[in-house]
Amino acid sequence: MTQVVLFNVFNGLIVGAFYALMALGLSLILNLSGVINFAHGGFLAIGGYLAYVLIPYIGFWGALIVAPFLTALLGLVVERLLIRRVYGRDPLYSLLLTFGLAFIFEDGTRFIWGAQSLPFQVPGWLMSPLSNDFFFLTGYRLFMVAIVAIAVAALFVILGRTRLGMRIRAGTLDLETVSVLGVNVRILRNLNFGLGVYLAGLAGVLAVGQLGLQPTIGSSLIMPSFVAIIVGGLGSLPGTLLGGLLIGVASGVTTVFFPSATEAVIYVMMALVLLIRPRGLLGEEGRF
Amino acid sequence: MNGFDFNKQAANVVVWLLLLAMPFWLPAIGGYIELGSRVVVLGLAAISLNFLLGYTGVLSFGHAAYFGLGAYGVGMIIRYVTPSTGLGILVGTLVGGIAAAIIGPLIIRLRGVYFAMVTIAFGQVFYFIAFRWNSVTGGDDGLIGWTRQPLNLGFTTVDILHNPTAFYYLVLVLFAISLGVMAWILGSPFGRTLIAIRENERRARFLGIPVDSHIWISWVISCTFVSLAGTLYALLNNFVDPRALYWTQSGDFVIMAVLGGMRSFWGPLIGAAIYVVLQDYLSSQTENWQSFIGLFFVLIVLFFPRGVLGFIRRKVAS
Repeated sequence: MTQVVLFNVFNGLIVGAFYALMALGLSLILNLSGVINFAHGGFLAIGGYLAYVLIPYIGFWGALIVAPFLTALLGLVVERLLIRRVYGRDPLYSLLLTFGLAFIFEDGTRFIWGAQSLPFQVPGWLMSPLSNDFFFLTGYRLFMVAIVAIAVAALFVILGRTRLGMRIRAGTLDLETVSVLGVNVRILRNLNFGLGVYLAGLAGVLAVGQLGLQPTIGSSLIMPSFVAIIVGGLGSLPGTLLGGLLIGVASGVTTVFFPSATEAVIYVMMALVLLIRPRGLLGEEGRF
Repeated sequence: MNGFDFNKQAANVVVWLLLLAMPFWLPAIGGYIELGSRVVVLGLAAISLNFLLGYTGVLSFGHAAYFGLGAYGVGMIIRYVTPSTGLGILVGTLVGGIAAAIIGPLIIRLRGVYFAMVTIAFGQVFYFIAFRWNSVTGGDDGLIGWTRQPLNLGFTTVDILHNPTAFYYLVLVLFAISLGVMAWILGSPFGRTLIAIRENERRARFLGIPVDSHIWISWVISCTFVSLAGTLYALLNNFVDPRALYWTQSGDFVIMAVLGGMRSFWGPLIGAAIYVVLQDYLSSQTENWQSFIGLFFVLIVLFFPRGVLGFIRRKVAS
C-alpha cells in the first residue's frame, strides 16, 4: 500500500511538473501582455512532434535541446504576425484568437502525423528501474523531474539576474513606464512570448515520453495549467509552480483512493481556493 | 427602447417572419429542417451568453458546462425517470440554473480574463463527471437509449419525434418565450443597471448599486437559458455526449456572439446561423474542418471584430 501511494505521489509530482512548466509559460505571457494563450497546449504538442521528427537524425538529447527552440521560434513568429495585433484590445479578442490557433494546431498536427498515438523512444538506459523495491523510480522519471527543476531554476535566474528578466518583471508591473524609459516594448513582449512558448515546447518533449504522443495532448494539459495558475495565484510565478505541483500530487493521491475523480479533484481544489482565498495561494491582493 | 424605432420594429418583424416560415423556405434553398432547428437552438445559447457577455460586460468562457448540464438533465430524466419531454426540459433547465447559482458566488468578484479562465476551468468538472461516471452517463460514448417523447398538451398529443417540423415549432416557441423574457429583463430597471455596470463598473458601484449581486443574477439568468438551449440540443439529436460540455464548445458560443454582433440583441442568432451553416458545409467537405473553423476565429478577430451587425451599422452610419 505504501508503495502504491508513493508510486502515485511520485507520478503526480511528474504530471504536476508538466503542469507547472506549461503554467509558468502561460503566466509569463499573461502577466506581461494580458493574453491567455489557449494555443499553449498546441505549442506543447508541436514541441513533442518536432522531437519525434528530429530523434532519428540527432538523437534524443539533440531533440531535447533543439525541439523547444524551434517551438519557441514558431512562437516568436506567431506573436509577431498575430498575437501582437490584439494587445490593448478587449481581452475577449485575444482569447478568441488563441482559441482559433489552438484549433489549427491540434488539427494541423492530426493532419500531418495522424490521430493515432505515435511511438516515442527515450534512451533505453533511462527506462530501467533504479531499485527493485521502488519499481516506479525509473531513470526517465527522475530525469524528467531533474530537467524540469533545472528549467525552472534557469527561468528564475533569467528573470532575477539578467537585463531581459529585469525588464520583463518591470513590464509586468508597469509596461508604460518601462516603455518611457527607452525599452522597446514590442521586442520585449515578443521575446517574453517566445520564452513562454519555449517552456511549453520543453514540457512537450518531456511529456510525450510519459503520456504518449497524440494531437490531443495539448488540449488535455491546458485546463490543468489554468487551474495551476488560479490555485497558485495570478501574477506570482512561484505560486504557479507551487500550484502545478500541488494539483499534480493531489490528482496522483486521488488515483489511489477514488480513481474516477482523478481529473475532477483539481477543480474541487480550485473551488476551495477561490472560496477561502480568492487571490490564490501566493497571489497579490487586488491584482485582478 | 426610447420611443418607437421604426427600423428596429421592422427588423423584428422580418426576423420573426423568417423564423416562422423556416420550414417552408429552408428546404427550398437546399437546407433541411434539423439544420434550422440547430440554428435556433444554438442561437438561443448564443443570445443567452450574450446577455452576460454583451449586456453585462462579463467575459464568460464556460457556458458549455451549463449547456451540457441541461442536455444531460433532459436525457437522464427521459432515460431513467419518466418518458416526458416537458418534465425533462424543465428539470434540465433547473439543474443548469442551480449549478450556476452555486458556482456564482465563487466567481462574481473576478473580472476580465481571470473570470474567463475560472469559468472555463470550472466547466471541466462537469465534463469529467460525464466522462467518468460510465454507468449513469454512458461515459465517452454518450447517453443513448432514449428519444424525445411525444408532447402531451392535454387536449392533443404532438408527435415531435417523427415530425421534425413539429419539433422545430416547439423549439421556436421556447426560443420566443426565452427571448421575450430576456428582452423584458433588459428593458427593466434591473436590465438598465446591468448595462450601466458594463459601461462603467466603478461609477455604478459609487452610485450604490450592489454590483456583485447584479452580476450573480445576470450570470444565473444567462446560464439558465443556456441550459434550456442544452435540453433542446439533446432532444434535437436524441443523444448527448461529453463533448457538449467540453471547453471548446464554450468558445463556439462566444464566437457566435462576436460574429453576429455583441451589441445587438439579434446579433448572436445571425452568428449562430453563419456558424452552423459553415460547420455543416465544412464538415461535409473536408476532414480538417476544425482547422478552417480555427482560421475563421482568427479572421473574425483580425478583420471583423464588431460582427456582422456592428459592421452594417457602421456602414450605415458613415
